[in-house]
Amino acid sequence: MGSPDKNMLLDWYRQMVLIREFEETCHRLYEEKRITGVYLHLYSGHEASGVGSMAALRKTDHVITAYRDHGIALILGMDPKAVMAEMMGKKTGSSGGKGGSMHLASKDHNFWGGYAIVGGHLPLAAGIALEARYNGKDDVTMTYVGDGATNNGYFHESLNMSAIWDLPVIWIIENNGYGMGTEVERASGQTELYRKAEAYGIKSFGRVDAQNALEVYAVASKAVEYARENGPAVIEHVTYRYRGHGVSDKQYDAREDMSAELKEWMATREPIKILRDCIEEMHGDVSEMLARHEADAKRIVAESVKFAESSELPSSRQELLRNTYVPSELVHKTAQSIGAGID
Amino acid sequence: MAARNVAMREAIRRALREEMQRDENVFVMGEEVAYWQGTHRVTRGFLEEFGERRVRDTPISEMAIGGVAVGAAMAGLRPVAEFMTINFAFLALDAIANHAAKVRYFFDGMFKVPLVYRAASGWGNQATASHSHAPEPIFAHFPGLYVGCPSNSLDAYGMLKASIRDDNPVLFTESIALYPKPSPMPDDLDEDSLIPIGKGDIKREGSDVTLVAYARGVDWALQAARNLARDGVDAEVVDLRWLRPLDMALVYDSFKKTNRCVIVEESLPMYSFGGEIAALLQENMFDYMDAPIKRVAAEDVPLPYSKEIELLALPNAQKVVDAVKEIL
Repeated sequence: MGSPDKNMLLDWYRQMVLIREFEETCHRLYEEKRITGVYLHLYSGHEASGVGSMAALRKTDHVITAYRDHGIALILGMDPKAVMAEMMGKKTGSSGGKGGSMHLASKDHNFWGGYAIVGGHLPLAAGIALEARYNGKDDVTMTYVGDGATNNGYFHESLNMSAIWDLPVIWIIENNGYGMGTEVERASGQTELYRKAEAYGIKSFGRVDAQNALEVYAVASKAVEYARENGPAVIEHVTYRYRGHGVSDKQYDAREDMSAELKEWMATREPIKILRDCIEEMHGDVSEMLARHEADAKRIVAESVKFAESSELPSSRQELLRNTYVPSELVHKTAQSIGAGID
Repeated sequence: MAARNVAMREAIRRALREEMQRDENVFVMGEEVAYWQGTHRVTRGFLEEFGERRVRDTPISEMAIGGVAVGAAMAGLRPVAEFMTINFAFLALDAIANHAAKVRYFFDGMFKVPLVYRAASGWGNQATASHSHAPEPIFAHFPGLYVGCPSNSLDAYGMLKASIRDDNPVLFTESIALYPKPSPMPDDLDEDSLIPIGKGDIKREGSDVTLVAYARGVDWALQAARNLARDGVDAEVVDLRWLRPLDMALVYDSFKKTNRCVIVEESLPMYSFGGEIAALLQENMFDYMDAPIKRVAAEDVPLPYSKEIELLALPNAQKVVDAVKEIL
């Protein structure tokens, strides 16, 4: 893939301001108790990581991530209304209100989901990539994994398996410096996290400044090309989270050193500003276009909130029980059967 | 109908092999399943017949075995993932309970997870504490998963086939003690002879007491029934075959006739299969109950190495007979 043209860059800007508007709105709605629950992990600050890397994919490729999944869903083109409705647990939510913030997915977009157990989605990614290998397809599986997950068993077992089976996975380690409240330096004996993947013989594309979407894209393009032909690749995205681990973990945000650090990142490495500067440097004054994307983002998110708030909550026992199992003729069921689910 | 005795291991191998021949998407993965020919020799000859693509040796990575199967199944394959023994499946409990069983639910039906986890299970042979478990009830705890536990060759054949063809995740346990055990299978068995998921079976008819069991417990129950018959006691043996779904209709019908019940299981006694069946009976069959429900399970202890005390901990037919005599 060549370098991104003007239209592509403008589209990245559109995606990034949409994510930022969506996430900051989620944050506000949570403060106002219009989004409830305890888990809401925002992608603010991470935008260039997802936007730049997914721009290297084609439609038939696969994407899977952990629980910081709103941005990934929006980049893939999921309807913001269905995503916002899922935040509010509504029937019209992308998972019918069953999954919430951490379990967005869309089969139509080859988005295999957000997952809530740290590292739990990593073997699933390998399994999805195995299907491609098994059936001789050259689709890749782009897999986002946080720095914290590189310390758990799933990471090591899944990466090793991907290496011995030559699975077409791009392991993207989004290193935002913290696993919940613990700094990478206190959690990992190896702080250059991509080296853990190198230990399994995985092709490494090293560390990338993931606040710069163009740099992310350049490296991701090479990694995707490699994975399509060969097998697993790893990239470490150095990024930062603007809204802490999750909305219910404010104690971490409140720490003074972190607040100074956050200000520093926002002042010097703000991904939307970096992209804007790049576009202007390459293509001159595009402020009108950018302003239009910003206004669109506000409108789209406001509409999504309106849609979500006016949607119904699931409330029946039938809705509670549905989709525990696939209805099946192979299952023997009587009125006295226990644990068979309902159709 | 002509029949011949077939070891359960052979029946399982035949079922698995036929399903792989029938459906290109079915493949096996696990530790030592390919070149080593299977630790329990279930996949003997598979590598030669199906090749490395469909018979996949894995590293000793149970978390990944559990989770790769989920991803492959979501993407359209039909993995049969083997845990060498169910003891090692504990390492994969998150993949099984949090992912295989729940993915369909938390995305509200967006994905199917048509996989089978096979695992050898059971106590005995001085395998010592960490290799001596029959923890099927732990896995049957989780909605979204089915759990099958055959007690003989014909059941194993039909149950495994149904498990592979069904679109839901199934944990299929194979009692190590039963692997070599021969039992009759008809010569002209149809390749589509499936045993429906959640369908139990009366293994012996009787009118005085209901013995409810699964897997190896069925052997103890049948042996006990033969011994009881000498004393004029006519026991009915209900083999539930599946721990989830539970065919309680079969248990209730039997209990209405006998009004007495002893539950037999190889697993541990606390928070157990026996506890579940007893609770359901008292909730739903109170008016038919003529005696306390008794439970025969393993002793509440980790299993020791030394032979005599190991045997003390295990259930057996005599313990079942004793329990029946207490409630007659």
